[in-house]
Amino acid sequence: MLLISCPHCGPRDEVEFSCGGQSHIVRPPESASDAEWAAYLFDRDNPRGVHRERWVHDHGCGQWFNIARDTVTHTISAVYPMGESAPGIAGTGMVGTGASL
Amino acid sequence: MTGQPFRSATGGRIDRSRTLRFRFGGRDYVGHPGDTLASALLANGVRLLGRSFKYHRPRGLLAAGVEEPNALVQLGEGARVTPNVRATEVPLYEGLVASSVNCWPSARFDIGAVNDLLHRFLAAGFYYKTFMWPNWHLYEGFVRRAAGLGRPSREADPDRYVTRNAHCDLLVVGAGPAGLAAARAAAERGERIILVEQDMAIGGSLLHDNNIIDGLDQDAWIAGVRAALDEAPDARILTRTTAVGYFDHNALALVEALGSEVDCAATPDRPRFRLWQVRAARVVLATGAIERPLVFAGNDRPGVMLAGAARTYAARFGVLPGKRALVVTNDDEAYRVAEALIAAGMEVAELIDLRATVPADLAARLAAHGVAMTRNATVDATRGRGHIRAARIRLPGGATRWVRCDCLAMSGGFSPAVHLFSQSGGTLRFDEQRAAFVPERSVQPEVSVGGAAGDFDLTSALASGYRAGGGTGAAPSASQSRQPSPPGPLGQVAGDPSRAFVDYQNDVTAADVALAARESFRSVEHLKRYTTLGMAPDQGKTSNVNGLALLAGATARTIAETGTTRFRFPYTPLPLSVMAGWRRGDLFRPVRFMPGHGRHVTAGALFEDFGGWQRPACYPRAGEDRHAAEQREALAVRQGAGLFEGSPLGKIEIVGPDAARFLDRIYANTMSTLQPGKVRYGLMLSEIGAIIDDGVCARLAEDRFLVCTSSGGAARISAWLEEWHQCEWPDLDLVIAPVTSAWGVLTLSGPAARAILSAVGTDINLAADAFPHMSWRQGLVGGMAARILRVSYTGDLSYEINVPASRVPELWDRLMAAGAGHGIAPVGIDAWMLLRTEKGYLHIGADTDGTTTPLDVGWPQVLRKKSDFIGKRSLFLPENLSEDRLAFVGFASDDPAIALPIGAHVLGPDGSDGYVTSSGFSPTLGHGVALGLIRGGAARVGERVVVRGLDGDLPARVTSPVHFDAQGERLNG
Amino acid sequence: MRRLYSGWQLLREGLRGQRGWTPAWREPEPKPRYDAIIVGGGGHGLATAYYLARTHGVRNVAVLEKGWIGGGNSGRNTTIVRSNYYYQPSAALYDHALRLYEGLSRELNYNVMLSQRGLITLAHSRHDLEAATRWVGAMRLNGVDTTMLSVANIARRVPALDVSPGARYPVFGGFVQDRAGTARHDAVVWGYARAADALGVDIIQNCAVTGILRGVDGRVTGVETGRGRIMADKVALAAAGHSSVLADMAGFRLPISSYALQAFVSEPLKPVIDTAVLSLATGTYVSQSDKGGLVIGGGLDHYLSYAQRGNLPVARSVLGAIAEQYPSFGRVRFARQWAGIVDVVPDSSPIIGASPVPGLYLNCGWGTGGFKAIPVGGTVLAHHLATGEPHPLAAPFDLGRFARGALIDEAAASGIAH
Repeated sequence: MLLISCPHCGPRDEVEFSCGGQSHIVRPPESASDAEWAAYLFDRDNPRGVHRERWVHDHGCGQWFNIARDTVTHTISAVYPMGESAPGIAGTGMVGTGASL
Repeated sequence: MTGQPFRSATGGRIDRSRTLRFRFGGRDYVGHPGDTLASALLANGVRLLGRSFKYHRPRGLLAAGVEEPNALVQLGEGARVTPNVRATEVPLYEGLVASSVNCWPSARFDIGAVNDLLHRFLAAGFYYKTFMWPNWHLYEGFVRRAAGLGRPSREADPDRYVTRNAHCDLLVVGAGPAGLAAARAAAERGERIILVEQDMAIGGSLLHDNNIIDGLDQDAWIAGVRAALDEAPDARILTRTTAVGYFDHNALALVEALGSEVDCAATPDRPRFRLWQVRAARVVLATGAIERPLVFAGNDRPGVMLAGAARTYAARFGVLPGKRALVVTNDDEAYRVAEALIAAGMEVAELIDLRATVPADLAARLAAHGVAMTRNATVDATRGRGHIRAARIRLPGGATRWVRCDCLAMSGGFSPAVHLFSQSGGTLRFDEQRAAFVPERSVQPEVSVGGAAGDFDLTSALASGYRAGGGTGAAPSASQSRQPSPPGPLGQVAGDPSRAFVDYQNDVTAADVALAARESFRSVEHLKRYTTLGMAPDQGKTSNVNGLALLAGATARTIAETGTTRFRFPYTPLPLSVMAGWRRGDLFRPVRFMPGHGRHVTAGALFEDFGGWQRPACYPRAGEDRHAAEQREALAVRQGAGLFEGSPLGKIEIVGPDAARFLDRIYANTMSTLQPGKVRYGLMLSEIGAIIDDGVCARLAEDRFLVCTSSGGAARISAWLEEWHQCEWPDLDLVIAPVTSAWGVLTLSGPAARAILSAVGTDINLAADAFPHMSWRQGLVGGMAARILRVSYTGDLSYEINVPASRVPELWDRLMAAGAGHGIAPVGIDAWMLLRTEKGYLHIGADTDGTTTPLDVGWPQVLRKKSDFIGKRSLFLPENLSEDRLAFVGFASDDPAIALPIGAHVLGPDGSDGYVTSSGFSPTLGHGVALGLIRGGAARVGERVVVRGLDGDLPARVTSPVHFDAQGERLNG
Repeated sequence: MRRLYSGWQLLREGLRGQRGWTPAWREPEPKPRYDAIIVGGGGHGLATAYYLARTHGVRNVAVLEKGWIGGGNSGRNTTIVRSNYYYQPSAALYDHALRLYEGLSRELNYNVMLSQRGLITLAHSRHDLEAATRWVGAMRLNGVDTTMLSVANIARRVPALDVSPGARYPVFGGFVQDRAGTARHDAVVWGYARAADALGVDIIQNCAVTGILRGVDGRVTGVETGRGRIMADKVALAAAGHSSVLADMAGFRLPISSYALQAFVSEPLKPVIDTAVLSLATGTYVSQSDKGGLVIGGGLDHYLSYAQRGNLPVARSVLGAIAEQYPSFGRVRFARQWAGIVDVVPDSSPIIGASPVPGLYLNCGWGTGGFKAIPVGGTVLAHHLATGEPHPLAAPFDLGRFARGALIDEAAASGIAH
């Protein structure tokens, strides 16, 4: 039972949230090749270790945000807003995709 | 009713002034408040409590606590029977009824005991090597009937279960000396504390031992701690509460027993258990240690029990586990047990220590009591029918002699109760000095203290608890303090290994462990799985370490090299109802009712669950079956009018300067060109191009849209829109406001709809040219503020009237009254679906599945849409452009009287060529109408096909999906 | 020499104190080079090695297991075997597996306790019933046995189930695959291991792969392990729960996400349920093991995890639903929960065959359904390794299907969870 610190509401039990999967996925333009598009749709980071993912406080404020969570220990090492690049990761600050497949 | 022949004259923490009557195995007994079922049975001389799992060997009590592997009983009667309850965990109560499990006809005369005679053929894993010819099924029935222990009730569980969430600064698990010291220290700091104790009393090991702590006797000291907690601002003591699970981020699950079978039967509202979900800033695990048996032949004979358990029965419950005890140990603690047994009035025949070096101080004290002690010896056999009568001692030189005893108290040392620690993710290490697995590395804010950390000395346990609780001053200390000398080596087997039990609950012997090691099962996990050691409900509480030690010996490794297994939630078995908690009956996934529910009840609706809503399927009149009602209601719409409640329809307002741009990306078609006042039908796709929802979109103003979704999509689509907005396009300036439950919707449909609406009275001009199809108007209807969408799902003139949800009953009444002269009828989902099937309108989820794209339902124009939208790029993947896909058509059965069965497949050259998705008999057209998906789609209209129903083949023709009013005259009229 | 298992041998060994049994498999040191290396000593990996040796005569094979064989999902599932699939390619694949299961005990000379006690899929609404009709029709056209069941029929076969109209999820009917059932999961692993070992396959436990070795031409040349470098021109990955990590070592990505899947077992009870039952509405299923425990499964945990432990909310939801649908099970106590790490693919179908790296082959993405496919997973991967061509049954399940948009999505076709 994760304890997740919503940036707006503070620490709450995981049952108040839903996980939306990997963050920072860039949605390609229509001109993407079939392979590029399929990679965007389907290929996902799946590390044994820190995973940057987005969650929504859907039984709370309704806001989306990013977290960095270890997939082995479940330790949450960072919580940061949508649109920000992951702490410690060089990035463009690009927000992720809304793909709910 | 008999006396209590084994009840001691005095002593014990029982209330001798009161007696409790109970029944076991059909016979009546008495005990006292403070007893457990186990202690009361023992007091009455009932020592044979059941039969073992595999060999049906007679078994009695091994332990006095949750680790008891043998004494499993059926507790309660009728609907309140619970199988496999440990007699040691049931506080005795008036009227308790229980019986043995896994024996027939009785525990004493059990047919299954024939297995024990065949034991030499039934070694570990024997079933993997036989029963293959002709197949396992031939033998399985016999095995299944022989396996299993108790029987559950055949009736529904009638009791109540509750749940509670709590937060605290410190959660202390275990109210023994270390836990009490921790709680008191935290109380002094003013922390929020929860102290949990699985027993009915706090005190732990202090309850059966005499000690002076900080100058007080143990009872006074315990009372002092209780008083400190009572005075603390926010401290709670939960007894009869077991911490069963340790989850991520310091969340623990506790189960509090609140009422016995008798209590709950007498007071129906009384909850039986409460599940606590606790989030603690820090956790102190003071869970103590569990004594290990010794492994020798005949160590399962009733009367052979753990030394600590013998002491608990004698000192705490005032029950003598026998008259003459033999104590066998490889650990110091049993010396003190021997003293306690003597103090309680038992004779101790002798103490056998497996070790060569024995604690001189303790031996001297025993000698003072006149008890002989033999070192470097062991017991290698027992005898006695149904109960131990004598044990055979093997002396250092190999000589043996029999010693008469009716109780054998054994101690193989102690295993810290590291179960919760292990569940928390912490790692264990094997401590050779203490011969035990102890916590090594924590991964959560938690600390193990006292016996749970392998600290078996009272004073240092008190100190470690006190410090873990945050205490910085002088820790409590006990007058008696003594570091135990090292226990003897583990993994020794005395006597016939095939009769020396390691895991009592699953009947695993030392020979089984050796066999597994010989046959390649050298990993701990393989050993467990091959022999079933530790796989019983007790999760190997008394057997794991002995099993490991034997495996280590058999494979010439150390115990540390052999490793251990992870412990699993729950620590002790949990009723499923406890996990359900409140979420049972009406509160199990509560159903939703529409604003007009009462009106549907009055109208005689037959309700069904549709996406969590209780909705009328139809309104059958006297003598009508469901089909007849559907036909009548459908005809009413075509001939006059029908009234349908559509309140669950999803309604989401999108407001802001960028609303139109946003919706162009959301819908597969374009919404920005829609004029205010108009309504357009649209499809929403997932990013893989599949249709996820459909519905109309109304432009309420230049910067304001109303997105209507299917009923099932209401919550899902608004969440999905938020996700796209917040995560992908936060630059778009708009707000998404789900307003589904604010509005109630009644849809009036049929040729008479306009007349009826006029009769109710409205300031909206209803003329066809003033308020055409696919537009919306706002105004008063019968004096109620309303928004009307002129859209249709039936193919007939329809007004979808939106009013505040609370006004729905009133609007219903007004429309029904006004429609009386026009043949108005309430219409349920059945007829509604039939009408839209006639018209060929899609029902997402019925006519489509998770693979259907807009191209498959006749919307190729979306490929030409200029701007990007969700799912667009996927439509251009080769598979989605294939001509060979399943696409939307209609079907007409050759026999007009037949409604093709929904789900029936169209036969193709290689199996299924598609299937029927919607179907019914149209009373208006006088023949069956059907929709479906077929490989190749519209290109095959006119083709003859065979539809294979469950009961046979039906010839049919592929048609356009529009069976009714293809020109749309009714719709636009 | 390997000793044949039989009732006769059991009698003999019983009389002589079980002293004659020999190891079920050797514990060899890894050789420097093999013809093929299988990474992952679960059911799929061991079956692949067995069929390589038996069907294709390729015996110089190593199975590398980072822990103990069968320690991953092969030993953490709910032991259901079935082939009640909708799409023809799925049905063909899984029914082939089931047919192999039907002869497996004798093939391997190891009792895998295949118990074909049927799997009933419940329909809780008219819509479910229509979907069930469609499903049953597809199964029949696919040549898989199935029967629609009436409510009365279900009530008779599953007396503990609440079929009353007032139930939160009333039962409208359902369908059964009578050939479905359960098999003893560990025995499948051990049986394949023993049989493969007897054919000369080296099963090497405690041997974690830490790198995939590739030549200058990009082809696979072997693997780096905790026990040194082991060379082979063909390497197959059959390590459910770690597929992404291994793919990462080889330098490519997979459409896989790993989640914890929880399962539960109750205390042993006398027989109370004689079949396996799946409820569509609650996504839970239950069967009773030969030992008497109710074996209960449900949905995935909701976020990525390699932790092999479940979380409480999902456990409560699954067990609460069972207590509600089987009201007399409310007081039954569950004794143990466990979790496997399942590799979930977007279309919930496996990925079998060539990888982007020449010489490296995949068997992954079985999600929650890998156990039932073990014999066929081994068969088709062995075929591909030995012949260089995909097995016809496996061809639709290649990695390339995602870029073609040719998903095989059973869940999308039905809502029936795996």
